[in-house]
Amino acid sequence: MHGDPDRTRVLSRRMMMLGLGQVGLLGALIARLYSLQVLESDRYRLLSDENRFSTRLLAPPRGRILDRFGVPLAINIPNFVIQVISERAENLDKTLETLTRLIPLTDQDCQRIRREIERRRSFVPVMVREHLSWEEMVRIQVNFPDLSGVVIEQGLTRFYPLYELGAHVLGYVAAVAEEDQTGDRLLELPGFRVGKAGTERLHDMALRGRGGTYTVEVNAVGRIVKAVDWHEGEAGSDVHLTLDVRLQQFAAERLGLESAAVVVMDILTGDVLTLVSTPSFDPNRFSRGLSATEWKDLLSHPQAPLTNKAVAGQYAPGSTFKMIVALAALEAGVVTPEVRIHCFGSLSLGNARFHCWKSGGHGTMDLVLGLQHSCDVYFYEVARRVGIDRIAKMARRFGLGARLGFDLPGEQNGLVPERTWKMQVLKEPWQLGETLVAGIGQGFTLATPLQLCTMVARIANGRAQVLPRLSRAPVTNGVRRPDQFEPLGVQPQNIAVVRQGMYAVSNVPGGTAYRARLNQPGLVMSGKTGTSQVRRVTPRERVSGVRKNQNLPWAQRDHALFVAYAPENDPRYAMVVIVEHGCSGSKAAAPVARDIMREVLKLDPARVSTAIVRSTNH
Amino acid sequence: MSWREKLRHVNWSLVLFINGLGLVSITALVSAADGNLEPWAGRQALRFMVSVVVMLTVAVVDIRFWMRGAYVLYAICLILLLLVDIHGTVGMGAQRWIDLCFIQIQPSEIMKVALTLSLARYFHGRSLDEVAKLTYLLFPLLLVLLPVGLVLKQPDLGTAMILLMVSSTLFFLAGARLWQFAVVLVTSITLVPVTWPFLHDYQRKRILTFLNPETDPLGAGYHIMQSKIALGSGGLFGKGFGKGTQSHLNFLPEKQTDFIFTMWAEEQGMVGGVALLFLYTIVIAFSYTLAFRSRNQFGRLLGLGLTTTFFLYVFINAAMVMGLIPVVGIPLPLISYGGTAMMTVMFGFGLLLSIDIHRDVPMSRHGPYSRDLFLKKTLS
Repeated sequence: MHGDPDRTRVLSRRMMMLGLGQVGLLGALIARLYSLQVLESDRYRLLSDENRFSTRLLAPPRGRILDRFGVPLAINIPNFVIQVISERAENLDKTLETLTRLIPLTDQDCQRIRREIERRRSFVPVMVREHLSWEEMVRIQVNFPDLSGVVIEQGLTRFYPLYELGAHVLGYVAAVAEEDQTGDRLLELPGFRVGKAGTERLHDMALRGRGGTYTVEVNAVGRIVKAVDWHEGEAGSDVHLTLDVRLQQFAAERLGLESAAVVVMDILTGDVLTLVSTPSFDPNRFSRGLSATEWKDLLSHPQAPLTNKAVAGQYAPGSTFKMIVALAALEAGVVTPEVRIHCFGSLSLGNARFHCWKSGGHGTMDLVLGLQHSCDVYFYEVARRVGIDRIAKMARRFGLGARLGFDLPGEQNGLVPERTWKMQVLKEPWQLGETLVAGIGQGFTLATPLQLCTMVARIANGRAQVLPRLSRAPVTNGVRRPDQFEPLGVQPQNIAVVRQGMYAVSNVPGGTAYRARLNQPGLVMSGKTGTSQVRRVTPRERVSGVRKNQNLPWAQRDHALFVAYAPENDPRYAMVVIVEHGCSGSKAAAPVARDIMREVLKLDPARVSTAIVRSTNH
Repeated sequence: MSWREKLRHVNWSLVLFINGLGLVSITALVSAADGNLEPWAGRQALRFMVSVVVMLTVAVVDIRFWMRGAYVLYAICLILLLLVDIHGTVGMGAQRWIDLCFIQIQPSEIMKVALTLSLARYFHGRSLDEVAKLTYLLFPLLLVLLPVGLVLKQPDLGTAMILLMVSSTLFFLAGARLWQFAVVLVTSITLVPVTWPFLHDYQRKRILTFLNPETDPLGAGYHIMQSKIALGSGGLFGKGFGKGTQSHLNFLPEKQTDFIFTMWAEEQGMVGGVALLFLYTIVIAFSYTLAFRSRNQFGRLLGLGLTTTFFLYVFINAAMVMGLIPVVGIPLPLISYGGTAMMTVMFGFGLLLSIDIHRDVPMSRHGPYSRDLFLKKTLS
């Protein structure tokens, strides 16, 4: 029984080894616990919290965009979203079937819903349809007892109550693109929209507001267990524009189907009251998501509806530039208002002949008559006398040739040529003929409608270098607007002469816009017609004569321009009208300008105290 | 000795510590069910009480009865394993259970005890010189390899590993020479490339997944990561009873069974984890004492074999949840929710107590009883 002591000895020894081995292994377990729970505890605690807490963002409501009187131009409307939560549905097939009877759902929709329900966890809501109409909502709510598992969520959608009107000013919002990601976590929210154009883009940060957060405890499959923390966000702030929506509407309707642009400005404050570019587009389509074909159609449209022609279109200013030439000459003292020049219908310079638009010639002209009849020969001569560099300097003083810091994206520079510019850019010396051509606003010279409007505003103002603005915000996009405009620095009597000429254009028989005068007692509009050459031609071709527009295809016809200010006795409003390929400023642009100006003077928005109106709106 | 006398001889200290483990188990299961007895703690408590009764019953049965029945039990288990192979129900992705209408049993669990019994009985009758000869090792080797093969086929790597390890321990304790281990090791390694081409593709795949469960990062790897997060975030003093976020938010899989240690240590911290491991150490130490106190080779081998099985359960489970070894489906003995494993372990402890109670019974070299001794015993 006790026999085999050898066996017992071996067993005891080996048992000891076994026991020690097991104790060692248990020690290893304790060491591991120490390393996990004491040494690395902080790291794992962090990981555990990351597992456990899920912080979700609350999208703040986007600020509204209002006109100068508080009329809403961009607002948020409830977007009713109908969702299905499969775990709450008693019978999913029946629910979907009932839904199909109540709201139009295509087979494709149904397939997508089923696919998503299968793929997602059963407590995750699956979107059935967005943008339900009120009627559909009511129909669903009435049938709610039969719709187990259906929930209605209310989101917000951007809505532009004016549709096409003002689309270029307001811009639009759209889904966040990859390159828009700035690290703001709001942008990563599904369905979040950011401003992509116009005011929506420029004031995006102010309009966007700050996202709130709520922290929830979630379990391993992502189901919310309980809410832990809630931080209210900050709603986006409203943006007040200087526009008058009534004028905006009137101008857009008056332009009709033309491809055109209109800007109306307060010459004292620079407030832009109207900024229209036609044709336009419906920004509401962007907030809902534009289909690829819709987008392609907009892009390939010959009249470029997406381009804001008022700030991004660049046109040769044509005869509207003659005021600048006149002012440059008067300031330089090379001509006086009384200097007379005889127009024979053309001017010879070396071998070249420079034609007037009136082939028979205007006869003897002084400065006012030259402006009234828009005599080209007169301004060839004046330009020759004053020289291109002094013209360029004057043009800049009136807001041409550089961006005005206007609060809309996409503003263009325009172009005011001079000797050094041509040498630097084209590597060729300046030709005298080019000065002559520049004297009538053709050739290299380019200006945007906004610049031309600013130019007229400064002429009408006579004292300050007014800058246009679209919103009252003192700081736009990080740029502070100057408290005071810089002085214009032009002799008042010289301004007076030019204004006399502009008066004659619209109010003295024989003036190029006399037929489009504002024929109303007490309301006098002064203006200047202009025609902008479209075809890109060499200077040699350009001086060869006036081309017959009516024989050209639409896209090659000249643009029609008209700049104006009113009322003459106490100017307050400046305006530019440009009708693309409208052939003649006096026939296509001036009547439009007259009608709009009449409406401007009737409403007189600049003189109505906006403060009172706005306070009642809040 | 009457059974009353025997009950007095039961090592009540060990029973006390085992009850301590049972208490930990019920506490943990209450926490796992967010403070409810349902669905786990109540049933576990009931099972535990039944198991204690079974343990004490086994304890008072003469150890020589178990010695005699060793091979029979082994044979029954082998047949059951075969039956499972033929028409076992599929549970947890592998065939392990056999449904006997009224009870579902897991033959591989019982096999752990049956194999230990059989090997202990065999080596009890072998002298050191005999063990040193390879020929005497062929029979016990067969005893080991048959069930291991069947269990592997189910497939249940964890149980197969435990069977192999316990058997090796018994061979080692019985005095097998180290060169013999080397021979077996070399043979089995050389056998792998020989059998490999004969395997079906799915079989090979299964074996490869066995050996490298980390190839499935969202499966086992994910679970181990979450288990480590749970342990680490518990820190020194834990998150408190019922407040383990990892466990209660279901980041931890199987928190009531295989990963119950994680939950315990997440909520009770390192202090609680070490205390639990210490409790296990005490139980194991007692078992060693009891086994070594036995005056016969059978008792010692059986006791040490059972203790080692118990230790392996604890170690493999704890090391697995701490990310020290690959994932194997081994429960934490007496703590994890589940009936069969508990019953087996308690049966084992019953045997250990029986070994202790009957440590002085006469036992012949060639069998449990000499015939006359047996008659005298049963007739008296």
